[in-house]
Amino acid sequence: MREVAIIGVGLTKFGELWDKSFRQLITEAGTKAILDAGIKGSEIDALYVGSMSPGRFVGQEHVGALVADSSGLSVMHIPATRIESACASGGMALRHAYIAVAAGIHDIVIVGGVEKMTDVVGSEATNILAMAADQEWEAFFGVTFPALYAMIARRHMYEYGTTREQLAMVAVKNHENALLNPNAQFHRKITVEDVINSPPVATPLNLLDCSPISDGAAALVLCPLEKAREYTDKIVKIIGSGQATDSLALHGREDICTFMSTVKASREAYKQAGIQPKDVDVAEVHDCFTIAEILAIEDLGFVKKGEGGKAVEEGLTARDGEIPVNPSGGLKAKGHPVGATGVAQVAEIVLQLRGEAGKRQIPDARIGLAHNIGGSGASCTVHILEAV
Amino acid sequence: MGGEAVSRFWREIPQRYNLIGTKCKVCNRIYFPQREVCPFCRRKSIGKMEEVKLSGRGKVITYTIIHVPPRKFEGQVPYAVAVVELEEGVRVTSQIVDCDLDKIKIGMEVEATFRRIQDDGWTGAIYYGYKFRPVEKHEDKK
Amino acid sequence: MGKVGIVSYGAFIPIHRIKVDDIAKTWGRDGETIKKGLGVYEKSVPSLDEDTATISVEAARYALARARINPKEIGAIYVGSESHPYAVKPTGTIVGEAIGATPSLMVADYEFACKAGTAAIQSCMALIETGMIKYGLAIGADTAQAAPGDALEYTAAAGGAAFIIGKDGVIAEINGTYSFTTDTPDFWRREGRKYPAHGGRFTGSPAYFRHIINATKCLMEKMGTKPEDYDYAVFHQPNGKFPRAVAKMLGFKEEQIKQGLLCPFIGNTYSGSSLLGLAAVLDVAKPGERILLTSYGSGAGSDSFDITVTDAIESFPREKAPTVSQLINRKNYIDYAIYAKYRDILYWE
Repeated sequence: MREVAIIGVGLTKFGELWDKSFRQLITEAGTKAILDAGIKGSEIDALYVGSMSPGRFVGQEHVGALVADSSGLSVMHIPATRIESACASGGMALRHAYIAVAAGIHDIVIVGGVEKMTDVVGSEATNILAMAADQEWEAFFGVTFPALYAMIARRHMYEYGTTREQLAMVAVKNHENALLNPNAQFHRKITVEDVINSPPVATPLNLLDCSPISDGAAALVLCPLEKAREYTDKIVKIIGSGQATDSLALHGREDICTFMSTVKASREAYKQAGIQPKDVDVAEVHDCFTIAEILAIEDLGFVKKGEGGKAVEEGLTARDGEIPVNPSGGLKAKGHPVGATGVAQVAEIVLQLRGEAGKRQIPDARIGLAHNIGGSGASCTVHILEAV
Repeated sequence: MGGEAVSRFWREIPQRYNLIGTKCKVCNRIYFPQREVCPFCRRKSIGKMEEVKLSGRGKVITYTIIHVPPRKFEGQVPYAVAVVELEEGVRVTSQIVDCDLDKIKIGMEVEATFRRIQDDGWTGAIYYGYKFRPVEKHEDKK
Repeated sequence: MGKVGIVSYGAFIPIHRIKVDDIAKTWGRDGETIKKGLGVYEKSVPSLDEDTATISVEAARYALARARINPKEIGAIYVGSESHPYAVKPTGTIVGEAIGATPSLMVADYEFACKAGTAAIQSCMALIETGMIKYGLAIGADTAQAAPGDALEYTAAAGGAAFIIGKDGVIAEINGTYSFTTDTPDFWRREGRKYPAHGGRFTGSPAYFRHIINATKCLMEKMGTKPEDYDYAVFHQPNGKFPRAVAKMLGFKEEQIKQGLLCPFIGNTYSGSSLLGLAAVLDVAKPGERILLTSYGSGAGSDSFDITVTDAIESFPREKAPTVSQLINRKNYIDYAIYAKYRDILYWE
């Protein structure tokens, strides 16, 4: 198995991008990544793209072929694969691109993630997102996606004493971080009171506990480490990759407050990387809702189960804390174009490890982790990267 | 105009109307919704899964009050959904009804009731199923 | 095995209530005047997720909980209502599936305004007498609709009762039944329309009173009985006044009708009305007591029944389901705004 490096990164702005179509978004991100990598288009061997539901959002399936076409790569007839795993589509596209390069099947591979969510009205977007839940046994009864995380939050508060304020602090921190991220959807400081007083969505979660509906795309160029220097000196390598599942419905979990998919995927990645959670210098985790970030830092092993709320309150995960989490602003403030997120998280880690994260740079970041979740925890990918 | 896949909903009637689950005769674990294969016994359980009717009694494990509804549920807002753990150890997700929203608590005892869950618009089919209401002690009046 | 009769019964009333005062206030009327005029204080209101099918299922499940029979032994289900969820697709099939009586089963839905439930009982009786079925399930249930601001809005309510009819393990024998039917257009609803229409004062003497009085008199003649022979009398209850008036006209006393008179507390449950009254009587009746039941359905007709409670009622497990009194007492008051929300008066695309 070969070692795999990431040699190029591309991102669009995230937000309500009325002027940009699905095709334009992914082409923009892909082009930026290719230019950043210093490769020629003709050197690309394969394409992987993650997108949760272009079929429902823009009426388009068969997007592997579409993305190859839009990006001008289909004239070379390269293989293109679309990967779907709800909100983990992006991370999973990277995982399978990584496997192909590591196994020696492809050399240069471009990975994209894209979602165009604003071509439908908000309530329709809510319905489409709920498809990540169990249609027959959760959504059928009127359960929404925020409702599932709200139920986790309530149980977490019941079992561990996590407070409403601690949940809100996750959003406050991420908004603070996003102020320094030019591509972020929101550049707005908020307070704990703002979060708690925002309109209720599904108790105890309010509007500002929830990541927004966004358009956006991200792309990465993968290359076998042994060839990376032919293209660039800004090399970051993948030292750990993990993927796991858990029951689709929240009620099928062994413990409502633990995402075994995160536990398993991260342990697989840590083992491969030969590191412990405390060795991670910076992390981008899946904060689709504030409670999700609290669960993530527990399940990734950064803190003990039940202590996530306290950790956020004590500043452990702030930019100047022991383990900075979501320096990009996270899904909450940077935006969450579903299929793009998993790829965008890794893009941020790459920038951090290269020392190119500008004002939001975490000093001396050498090892970074990206954590991407599908649905209410039914699927997860974790990637660990190291600066070279 | 109604046009949804009625067969998809019709197929689930025994489970949604009557909480019919399956029991693995090898390890005695009970599953709802029904499974063809027991996730623990796997091939040993093929052909050994039998139907079992659940009592519908259970308690609330966690819940939330939904204020932003999905389509078709607008008229019900605000409403409560919960994860309920049934007597048999199985957990299900559905609404809590016939109860003041601020009286719902983790640990509350509930029983299943037959309700309209959703429909396919004014002209489409109606889909019934289970919701949960608090178990009360009945009191005489007059 | 003796006479055909009632083997078990169950009732259901939705939890919500709205006071006549709150309806009156919405339309700028005086609640006290209306309460006095109608003899009704409050009515039951179904939630958005309740309908005739859900009420019928609850009542039927309660009836089965008290009966010691296998639901597969039920050979026929007839649900009588004027608010079936579908105009085409019988409520009875939904009930049949929800109680485990399918697939060897005869089903059809009945409509005869407020007396569809008692018509269902008569059909079950005949099927059992002929030996075609062992047990029949007759249900009367409604979620009655009334136009906002109309007089009927004060009383149009929701509820239902289910009766398992058979010859085996009878707790109340049906000694005889008689129906009086004419073409009388006192109250109706046209196909495809949401609200019923009615003939105002025409709904009194030529309709309700004429049919109930004739049906009851002819039944008593047939059975050779007088009003004093009955311990209880239950009449259809569109409001709190009519049943009291017709009882007096027929020679029945207040004590005889009191137990079965539920309308003041839950309104007019239409097809559930007289059957809920009968259930309330069976909740307290003792062996040997005799019951007179006369329903009324607009259009018009009345079914009259002469019923005698048997010894078997002593060992009948009433406690396995809520009594009518307990269901009436299980209540949550709502205001007109919530009522409007539940009753589909607000409209979503």
